[in-house]
Amino acid sequence: MTHRSERLLGVSALARVEGEGAMRVTVRDGRVEDVRLSIYEPPRFFEAFLRGRAWTEPPDITARICGICPVAYQLTACAAIEDACGVAVHREEPGIAALRRLLYCGEWIESHTLHVYLLHAPDFLGLPDALTLARTERATVERGLRLKKAGNDLLETLGGRAIHPVNVRLGGFHRLPTGAELARLERQLTQARRDAEEALEWVGGFDFPELEIEHALLALSEPDRYAIDTGTPLAEPGGAFPVRDFERHVTEHQVAHSTALQADLDGRRHLCGPLARWNLNHRRLPAAVQAAAAGAGLGGRCTNPFRSIVVRAAEVLWAVDESLRIIADYRPPSRPHLEVPPRAGIGYAATEAPRGTLYHRYELDAEGGVRSAVIVPPTAQNQRAVESDLRDFVQARLDLDDAELTRQCEQAIRNYDPCISCAAHFLDLTVDRG
Amino acid sequence: MTTSTPVTAPRPEPDAGHRAPRLAVWKFSSCDGCQLTLLDAEDELLPLAGRVEIAYFLEASRHQEPGPYDLSLVEGSIATPEDEERIRRVRADSRYLVVIGACATAGGIQALRNLADVKEYARTVYARPDYIRTLDRSRPVSDYVPVDFELRGCPIDKGQLLEVVCAFLAGRRPDIPDQSVCFACKARGTVCVTTAHGIPCLGPVTHAGCGAICPAYGRGCYGCFGPVTGARTDALLPLLRRDGLGEREIVRFYRTFNAEAPAFAAAARRAGGQDEAGERDRAGERDRAGEEDSASEHEESEGEGGAA
Repeated sequence: MTHRSERLLGVSALARVEGEGAMRVTVRDGRVEDVRLSIYEPPRFFEAFLRGRAWTEPPDITARICGICPVAYQLTACAAIEDACGVAVHREEPGIAALRRLLYCGEWIESHTLHVYLLHAPDFLGLPDALTLARTERATVERGLRLKKAGNDLLETLGGRAIHPVNVRLGGFHRLPTGAELARLERQLTQARRDAEEALEWVGGFDFPELEIEHALLALSEPDRYAIDTGTPLAEPGGAFPVRDFERHVTEHQVAHSTALQADLDGRRHLCGPLARWNLNHRRLPAAVQAAAAGAGLGGRCTNPFRSIVVRAAEVLWAVDESLRIIADYRPPSRPHLEVPPRAGIGYAATEAPRGTLYHRYELDAEGGVRSAVIVPPTAQNQRAVESDLRDFVQARLDLDDAELTRQCEQAIRNYDPCISCAAHFLDLTVDRG
Repeated sequence: MTTSTPVTAPRPEPDAGHRAPRLAVWKFSSCDGCQLTLLDAEDELLPLAGRVEIAYFLEASRHQEPGPYDLSLVEGSIATPEDEERIRRVRADSRYLVVIGACATAGGIQALRNLADVKEYARTVYARPDYIRTLDRSRPVSDYVPVDFELRGCPIDKGQLLEVVCAFLAGRRPDIPDQSVCFACKARGTVCVTTAHGIPCLGPVTHAGCGAICPAYGRGCYGCFGPVTGARTDALLPLLRRDGLGEREIVRFYRTFNAEAPAFAAAARRAGGQDEAGERDRAGERDRAGEEDSASEHEESEGEGGAA
């Protein structure tokens, strides 16, 4: 071996993320030369085989892109196809729209709590996993599992099952929930609210590495409420734009080292997901949630990616409150779903998946056959930001040994809750220090 | 492809002594939903973790122990050249290998590529398809290595998964009934959606396990658990037609989440005739691969035999 001017750090299989990826960092002469987030999840070609399917099918089919956020795919597909067919569920049957939002809240509670407790918190505690944490802090892990279960029970009640729900269809639902089912959920969510408050307080007390990073931001936004199932894309810088212009602003590129496409926002690296939503929308959160978040250390603007876990916990508390509000205000719609007759056209929609903005576009023929489909998932959008953050992060920590630096890099990647199956891809870290 | 038929497999003996059984969870081409089912077992997760050593479960832990493993759960289909190598290593390292979910047992939704030109698919999705390494077909794990048990579903059912894990840990056969969704519907007391409402339903030919959720929510079963053994798809065909499905719709009904499960693949071929472009492509592929004979045999035993 010659002199150590080059250092290679690698994780060949990133743990505690959804999907499969790798990371490779090359350092030469004390400078980070290259950072690659490789997603080697096999391509699954959804956009290709959606062509030729009927307009009613994408909600069930695109759910299978991701087992952790199937509702995001189902509801975005529904909204885009309804847009193509000229049906506005929000306007015509607000009760159905409220149930959709309630279902989406269930996914937010379940998915965020999974990430907070099982995927991300162990990093802050120096542990390999939450099961190890349970040996010393069993009550803490049980609290997380109870909260996660509240989200899953909501999904199962409204959706039929938690993973790949069966009850979602174009125009609404196959079956409406009964009053008794909603009353049971209300009792459970009332309990869950305490768990969510304690979870927020818990993660607020973690030690956060110093790191402040400015990215361009993208999140859906609404004037009077926290946007998840509807809203207008809001870019910073750049401002709001209609969802039908999404692909003019967010463009995807392919890189050789990843099966996931990488997207940028008006030519700039950007971030979507919890930090983007917090910075663009936290004023839309109810005062009680804002106060609890402030108590957990979230200020007016948050640019430390490690604090994304606190934003997630605050969003869980919000989703529990929002669920309780929806149930309290619920007036059963006159029918479980609107008819969505096909017509030729193009439909666009975006929603806020737990990991960030998810966009779908469908082009239909007059019989409702899908002529083309475009899906831009949040992880594809965040990939360049992850790589960029890692570059700065490693540069500032070159004094660490390989094992510790690698561990911290993995933690930094988990800040983004990368949903690599969604991006069509897996994480494998290699740091080259030669 | 019978769910309850174990296949003989090499089984390294466990170490002597009373150490906890070692569990590994592997992911291939998939959505993560089936391994997530284990983490979704909120009430059972900690008790289970007390009974087994979780030696490899990337989605749950950074801690990774080398094999051998007593029980490997495998999610996902074999869809890349790397997958082919990796599944052989997993088999060699595992005393029992259980495959979970539609991807691992039947190639999954990504097996829709098997009916098409995968190069054209790659051109559709990627600007540089030459960067993409993928096999022409997405296949079940059992096409590559012997498996000890196949648990169906897209996704699998939590209760069934826990039953399978507990059974293998206890050294007994899993109690996973090989029945159709119709049995589960009757047990649940759901009124038949086909008989009462004329809703097309794949329940009679689909393996039970989900708890017959779809009919309970007022929709027909869409076959996400794949075919039940002896699926009488011929008998169902007139009912699907009566309830308003045309040939193309029936073909799509069978070709979604378990498109390459032999009984569903055969049913789609019979419903749609032999004149589809996709069929020609597929037959051509099989000829090239020299698989025509084994494929016909499989179809014979699953399709015709079941309908007799």
